[in-house]
Amino acid sequence: MNVINLTSSCNSDFVRQVEEESGQQLSLCYQCGKCTAGCPYTTEYDIPVSQIMRLTQAGQKELVLKSKSLWLCATCESCTARCPNKIDVARIMDVLRHMARREGYGGVKTVKTFWDSFLHSVQKNGRVFEVGLLANYISHTGRFWTDMGLGPKVLPKGKIHFKPSAMQGKEEVSKIFRRYTEESSK
Amino acid sequence: MSVSLTYAYYPGCSSTGTSIEYDMSSRAICAALDITLTDVPNWSCCGSTPAHTVDHTLSSALSARNLCQVASMGLTAAVTPCPSCLSNLKTAQHRMKNDSFREKVSKLLDKPADITVETKSVLQILVEDYGIEKIKAKVKKPLTGLTVAAYYGCIMNRPAEIMNFDDREHPMAMDNIMTALGATVVPFPLKVECCGASFGIPRKDVVMRLSGKLLDTAKEMGAMALVTACPLCQMNLDMRQEQINSANGSKHHMPIFYFTQLMGLAFGLTEKELGIDKLCVNPRTVIDALGMEGNSKEKSQ
Repeated sequence: MNVINLTSSCNSDFVRQVEEESGQQLSLCYQCGKCTAGCPYTTEYDIPVSQIMRLTQAGQKELVLKSKSLWLCATCESCTARCPNKIDVARIMDVLRHMARREGYGGVKTVKTFWDSFLHSVQKNGRVFEVGLLANYISHTGRFWTDMGLGPKVLPKGKIHFKPSAMQGKEEVSKIFRRYTEESSK
Repeated sequence: MSVSLTYAYYPGCSSTGTSIEYDMSSRAICAALDITLTDVPNWSCCGSTPAHTVDHTLSSALSARNLCQVASMGLTAAVTPCPSCLSNLKTAQHRMKNDSFREKVSKLLDKPADITVETKSVLQILVEDYGIEKIKAKVKKPLTGLTVAAYYGCIMNRPAEIMNFDDREHPMAMDNIMTALGATVVPFPLKVECCGASFGIPRKDVVMRLSGKLLDTAKEMGAMALVTACPLCQMNLDMRQEQINSANGSKHHMPIFYFTQLMGLAFGLTEKELGIDKLCVNPRTVIDALGMEGNSKEKSQ
């Protein structure tokens, strides 16, 4: 069991920031553990979601932001749906990974690379181009065997396209990303 | 007197690829029910899960662009088959009720964000706007003898305050449609349990575990097939079913239908227009067992 000296290590700015960005009141959590009980991903987590909540209340910024759990949450909303105090726990997990990204924590590499490749595809094509997304993911992870076995099953179905869909106005979408980058650097 | 139902239709990215049969069957059954779907012009990606894991303003802006496109059509209601698209559109709308957030979103767009459009899923308009009784009246070939489990996935109904549809733990919309079609619906305790979502590529092991549990439970409950309303759930359970079998040592051969495909079959539409041949797990034996004269002549695979 880890012992944390709360007086010396509590980062109250972090607590305030999480509350502000998520619109949730962290002190409402009384550690019933219902979020963890229903979390389908808890076996993959290094820190269960109820403990993420407790550590966040206690201002343990680094412990929280370096947790792999943030990157393995699928936002399935079980925790949010079941919290007896109506805390939007999934939104807090979302906000924590925003902060982890901004602060440069690496997270779970395959997951982060997949999300980045997805958004890169949207930025470039306006819509997700599945083959391009997979190629980008493979080139950044070196996991060249990813889903290769699905090819023979899926290709004859005519569901996979080798060219992005022709969408008019895709530059409007790339502008959204450009403005987002400009606004975040202000 | 009935008023015809008209909606802006937002297909979502997977509708052009991996869930093309959901798109085909959604359009086909709406046409059969005289529900008019008009495609949102130049719709773009909602950002799905990856966008909201990066930033909420970015995520909402990607959805808001599409809401602006709907407003420019002069329509007030938009419908999408995909729960992930719907969740993003609805979450953006919900958050944009806050003026300062809406201003931040508008800064990323070419024009100010619209907050007037109403958004629903295809499932939702069928049960709420069209109605189960009228669906029942359209059945020409009842699905008698088909035993299914209805699987909703995790975000069709949650969070309840935003999705505002059915029940967050025990939804019944698809169960009721299947019963109206003449099918037998088994109780399914994992109706809203996550399938592993978009971790299929970066953490396949997680999908093998979670989707495997769904297939095991559906079989234990006596289902011959699963019926779904989400492209990602369907893909994990159908396209990855062989991977699941290899990973877990199971021997499932469980067809995974979109609910719209089963509606179409019961309405007497052809397998071809419902994209039955696009399914990876061959549903032939299940469909043939229904003894549908018109359909059994066509071979799906």
